[in-house]
Order: sequence, then structure tokens, then C-alpha cells
Amino acid sequence: MSSRLLKLSAAALLGSVLFASAPAFAEAVLHRGNAGEPQTLDQAQTSINIEAFILKDLYEGLTIYDAAGKIIPGAAESWTLSDDGVTYTFKLRENAKWSDGTPVTAQDFEFSFKRVEDPKTAAKYANILYPIKNAEAINNGKAEVATLGVKAVDDKTFQITLERPTPFFLELLAHQTALPVSKASVEKNGADFVKPGVMVSNGAFKLVSHVPNDSLVVEKNENHWDAANTKLDKVIFYPIDDQAASVRRFEAKEMDLVFNFSADQIERLRGAYKDQVHVSPTLATYYYAFDSSQAPYDDVRVRNALSMAVDRDFLAKEIYSGSQIPAYSLVPPGIASYGEPSKASFAEMSQLDREDKALELMKEAGYGEGGKPLEIEIRYNTNPNHERVATAVADMWKNTFNAKVTMTNLDVSSHYAYLQEGGKFNVARAGWVADYADAENFLALNLSTNKTFNYGKYNNPEFDALMQKSYAEENPEARSKLLHEAEALLSRDQPVAPLLTQADLWLVSNRVSGWEDNAANEHLSRFLSVSE
Amino acid sequence: MLAFVLRRLASAVPTLFIVVTISFFLMRFAPGGPFNLERPLPPATMENIMRTYQLDQPLWRQYVTYISNAVQGDFGPSYIYKDNTVAELIGKGLPYSMELGFFALLLALVGGVTLGTIAALRQNSALDFSIMSLATVGTTIPNFVVGPVLTLIFAIVLSLLPAGGWGDGSFRYLLLPMIALALPQLAVFARLTRGSMIEALHADHIRTARAYGLPPRIVVITHAMRGALLPVVSYLAPCAAALMTGSAVVETIFTIPGIGRYFVLGALNRDYTLVMGTVVLIAIFVIVFNLVVDLIYGLLDPRVRHD
Repeated sequence: MSSRLLKLSAAALLGSVLFASAPAFAEAVLHRGNAGEPQTLDQAQTSINIEAFILKDLYEGLTIYDAAGKIIPGAAESWTLSDDGVTYTFKLRENAKWSDGTPVTAQDFEFSFKRVEDPKTAAKYANILYPIKNAEAINNGKAEVATLGVKAVDDKTFQITLERPTPFFLELLAHQTALPVSKASVEKNGADFVKPGVMVSNGAFKLVSHVPNDSLVVEKNENHWDAANTKLDKVIFYPIDDQAASVRRFEAKEMDLVFNFSADQIERLRGAYKDQVHVSPTLATYYYAFDSSQAPYDDVRVRNALSMAVDRDFLAKEIYSGSQIPAYSLVPPGIASYGEPSKASFAEMSQLDREDKALELMKEAGYGEGGKPLEIEIRYNTNPNHERVATAVADMWKNTFNAKVTMTNLDVSSHYAYLQEGGKFNVARAGWVADYADAENFLALNLSTNKTFNYGKYNNPEFDALMQKSYAEENPEARSKLLHEAEALLSRDQPVAPLLTQADLWLVSNRVSGWEDNAANEHLSRFLSVSE
Repeated sequence: MLAFVLRRLASAVPTLFIVVTISFFLMRFAPGGPFNLERPLPPATMENIMRTYQLDQPLWRQYVTYISNAVQGDFGPSYIYKDNTVAELIGKGLPYSMELGFFALLLALVGGVTLGTIAALRQNSALDFSIMSLATVGTTIPNFVVGPVLTLIFAIVLSLLPAGGWGDGSFRYLLLPMIALALPQLAVFARLTRGSMIEALHADHIRTARAYGLPPRIVVITHAMRGALLPVVSYLAPCAAALMTGSAVVETIFTIPGIGRYFVLGALNRDYTLVMGTVVLIAIFVIVFNLVVDLIYGLLDPRVRHD
């Protein structure tokens, strides 16, 4: 290449680099990292939390979560509950409008709920609304959609009839699947109603543009009833699933919020960014399930021994750098209506005492040193942290019981498919993130009738009976007592060994105000603002 | 010439067909499916979903449906990105990958050939060794190291360039990913050029040209280059296809909304239709680029033309 051409291209390169100038916006823009590309913007098809963040900024359900994670009125300004506890009557706000100016009506909610339960929609979270009368039957194709227990009494009054009293129903209404769609828009536009330019939303923001894997831009919805209090003009969601890339962009000051980064970065980031690093315990439990249909895991002593021998403090500190907390109960702390969970009896013992007791139990059961040899296989889904945890636990069991431990990992899809299809295993890693802030969501995993999520095939009629009673119990205190008793059974029997309570890791720039950590991990952009 | 092109395009059809068929059935061997990923689903919900996406049909029927739709340009909906069809996703992402790939190819080709030529002309000098060492470094250091290092220096410490994204499409967003993508290929082109240029410079007709007193620049560029470029052109086809269809790694590091990641993400998420769509696309690119390269060959080397 001639030297002149070389000089020209060098000049062009340099010129384009220097040409970069950031235009000064007068508007308030929040650059929000969102950890992955949403699979859909249709609330009836949604299933993951990164979609929830976007959808809850675009749409508003009957109830919503405030910045502290508490349920407050959303599209409904008030509600009443009938004496028998099964009929809710919601009064919608007079001034609630869609982003195209048309009013939000009860018919919109009726249409939306029926759409979610319609089997043709194939909604993944249809079970969120199963407490509504006939919802489950409709979704299984055993009843007509029109029989769903929802009714638009008039344009602004919406009635929901439940199967039975459901104390946590208001929490369910804040779930992203319960967000309304505009009946007129869906009927007119069909599947295109989610596209920018077509979508009408009733939340604080409306959709402006969506470039998959690059950005999703929403702007303030002037027709929202609370638009005067929304301080942001624009929110740009960055769907970056590579955690390292997200952190780099935060450090380059291109993003104000980052959701979830690698735990081993906590120390370094805390050193550089101090309190912009948020480690927020959330309603999620990391546990190891035992297959109660396989010997020796059908023996409660073996399960307890194995569970006791795990040094949870080590896992929390060394592997997760403090981003997860040792857990001795399946239900995590932080659920307002439940309070302190019923922990395992060995929660307060020192680890050395636990190991001694574990050895005793194992000997009693006839395994380990001096008894039958222990050969354990740990299954987990492929992930560097799960691998470290499995390795550490394998080591603990080797050292305590002289067990031979092998490990098997599959990608997340195959791992859960295997467990869900009833595959046999010894010990399997699993995690559960609460769908709604109620202890029942965790405890129900162990119902003998729960064929999908009860991987360990735990079968305890006493436990089942307590849970059944809790569903019918109207008094919140009495109900909480029943659930605690049920959980106590789990803690005694250890069908699953709860290991850690997960935390959400957020990077929140100093530019952002209005942020509050909460266990429900609800962070509506309308309660946030940015300073220049 | 035209007959040659038409014959090659005609033979592309059965090739594509075989590629699609093998990929289709191979994909289904992986356990798990696209719908029980983040959380396992209740059986009734799963049934609903399988029916909606026709995954409850026998495999051969799904295959026939897929082929008959594909020939009409309908590559099906994405199972994971439910608001889009595969054609839409690829259509939206391809321009980004192609633009990035084009500039990376340009940089790799021009940079590599230039450096290789210089090294060949100054064979065994210090310049030659340093260029070849650079080439070794370029091929050995993986781009998931080069990318973040470049970002650290230029975006975080110096704040000269953006750390990622496409932004408004201006060149400053392209610069770092382009370099990260081009570097290994640049190194390969440099080595190839040096080797074949050294050989070409020792050929008879070059000695004759020199004996005629032609200026060195003419000797190298007009006469030696044509022969020296043959191996480079051979490598160009797979290189161009790979660069243009996007590098999953570079696009992830710099969060470029291209299609490179769809292939990997699609496989991990068992998004059958998306993977098939990217497979078809890559196959088409490889076939087209091989054809183009064969034509260039004919231009460069008259001996090939008369076959």
C-alpha cells in the first residue's frame, strides 16, 4: 500500500475518533443494565425477571410494589373483600388512561386475565392466577374460558371471585403476568401489539424503540395518572447478558444500573465504588435435594447427617464472597407476613458440633466409616459457582464420612428437564426464586401432589395435611402458625438441604436517587431519578 | 464464465439441503427443550406450549413442515424470542454483523498483506522478526483477552472510546470490536503473504523483470503480488464467511447486536428454529464466498481460467 494511502487512512481513523462528541441532553435519562434480552414483551408469555423489569415500567397492574417492596394500589385505587373472603371488588382510577389517551377499563382487565388462562395462549405463568375460580380447569382445557371468575361490573369496577380464600392474592396481582393489555389494541393488532409504535401501555413509560441485543428505549407516558411525579424522561434498557461486559460499561460510566454481576468481583468493586455496590438478600433459596426414593437417602438420619456436614459459612464467604447468606430453612427471611422461618435444629450449633452429630447419625444409620460405604453423585447445572459449591460440598462429605463423591453437570435446560421428568438421582442442586412474597410458594415445592417441583419425591401426609389446612385458613396469624409447623417438619426431615439464601447484586451509580434495596427485588423506574 | 457460475449455484442447492437435514436431526438429540429452562413448568402448561409450536407432532412431520416453509422463506418463529420470527431476528442482526465483519476483514486483509509484504522484502531483518512475532502474538492471544484489555485501556482508563454497544452507528463504536475481531486474521494473512511473497520473489519472471531494470515497486506490486496472493485468496473465503456472520465472542464482549451470538445462544436455549436459521445463513455465506474466491482465482492466475 502506498505511503500516501497509509497516511490518509490514519488520518481518517484519527478524525473519526476525535469526531466523537456527546451531545448534551436536557432530558433526564436513566441507563439501566438489564442482564439479558427479553424473550417477549407480551405479559401472557413472560417468564423471566428481566422481562418483568421492562414490563412493569410499561404497564401497571391492579396492585404494584413501591420502592421499598411493599404492595400499594396501582391501577386500582381501592378494593374491598367480601365476608367469605373469596370476592374482591376493585375500583379502578377515574383518571387511569392508556398511552393513546383511551381510558383503562375493567373490560381490559377481564380480557387480559381470560387471555392468560386460555390454553391457546400457552402462558408459562398461567398458574399465577390459578386462585381465580375455574382458572386451573380452563387452562387445562376442562372448562370454557368464559367461566373464569372475573367480571367487569362496569367500566371502572372489576370483580374477581376466587376458588377459596387466598391470603396472598394481592401479591399475585403485582406479578408481571397479571399486567393488563389494551383489549382494543390486541384485538386490532394481534401479535404485533408488542411492537414499538403499536404498543399502548398504561404504566409510567411507553415503548419507543427496541433493537434486539442492543437497547430498548422507553419514554415517559404523559397519559399516566401519576405522570407529574415521574421524574425520568427516558429509560434505556441495555440487554447485556455478559456480566463482565456490563461491569465494564458501568465503569466507563455508560450505564447507571447493573443487575447481577459475578460475585468474585464484589471485593474489587467495593474497593473502587464503595456503596454503589449493593448486595441485597432476596426471596430465593439455593438448596440440595435428596432423592427420597433411593437408598440411603430414604433414611432421615442420612439426609440430616449430610446436610449438617455442609459448612454453609464457608460457601457463603469463600465462594460467594458474602453475596449469599447461610440458610437453615427453605423459606428465606424477609417475608412480612411470615417473619422468622422455622430453621433446622442444628442452625445454632457450631460447625464442629454439627460434624460430630452428623457422624453419630451416619453411624446409627450404618453408613460411612465402619459401615456401608457412601457413594454420592451430585448433579448441578453448569455454572462456575455451582461447580465450586459442589466441589466444596464433595470435599466436606469426603472428609467427614470418607464418602466417594462424583459430580455431574448439565446445562440448565437438561438439568431441570431430568429432575422434572422424575429422573433418579442422589443429590441435585436446585434453586427457587419466589413468584410472590409468601412462604407458601416455597413450602408447596414439597407437596406430595407436586409432581413437577418435588424432585426428591418427599411424601409426608402430615405435611400435606398442614398445607391443606393453611389454604383454607382465613386468619393470617393462624395461617402463619400452620405454615411454620409445616416448615418445621421439613427442617426435621431435611428432604432438601437448604444451603444459601441468594442475594441480588446491583451496581447503582451515585447519579441515581430513590433506590431502595428490597427482598422482592422490585425497582420501578418511576420511583427513580438521576442527577447530572 | 457464466456457465461456471450457474453450475456452482446449482450444486449449492443439494449441499444446502444436506446441511439443513443433518442439522435438523442433530439438534433434536440434545436433551431438554426450549421451554423448561429457567423454571420447570407444570405438565399442563408444557402440553399447551408444545401444541402451539407443533412440537408434539412426529419428528418426520415437523421436518417436512419445516422444509416446505423454509423454501418459501418462512423459517418459523423463534421459540425463545417469542415476539419475533427467525427471519426477522436474522434480518435485524445481520447488517450489524456484516458491517463489523466487513471492516474487520478490510483491516485484516490490508494490514496483513502489507505487513507480510514488508516482512518478505526485508527477510530475516529485525523488522521481519518483529512483524512475525506480532503475528504470533495475534494468533495466540484469544480475542476474549484482547477485547477486554482494549476496553480497559481506551474506554475505562482513557475514556476515549465507548466500552461497547452500537450507539448511533458511528465509527468510534466499531473501532475496538473491529480490532479485536481482525487481529488473529491479520496475523494469519501476514504469515501467508510473507511466505508466498518470498517464494514469488524467487521466481523466474521476477528475475527477468528485475533484469529489465523495472522499478522495485512495479516488480513487487504488479508482478510478484499476483502470484503471492493465491494462498491469501484461498484463506479469504472461510475467513470472510466467519467474520461476516459475526463472532459470538466479540459481539458478546462489546454487546454488538449482531447474529454471531444467535448460533451459540440458540443451541444453549434449544431454540431449534433459530439455530436452523443461522445454519442456513452460514452455509449460504460459505458457498457464496467460495464461489467468489474461485472467480478471483481465475482473475489472478490465468492458468486456472482455462480448466
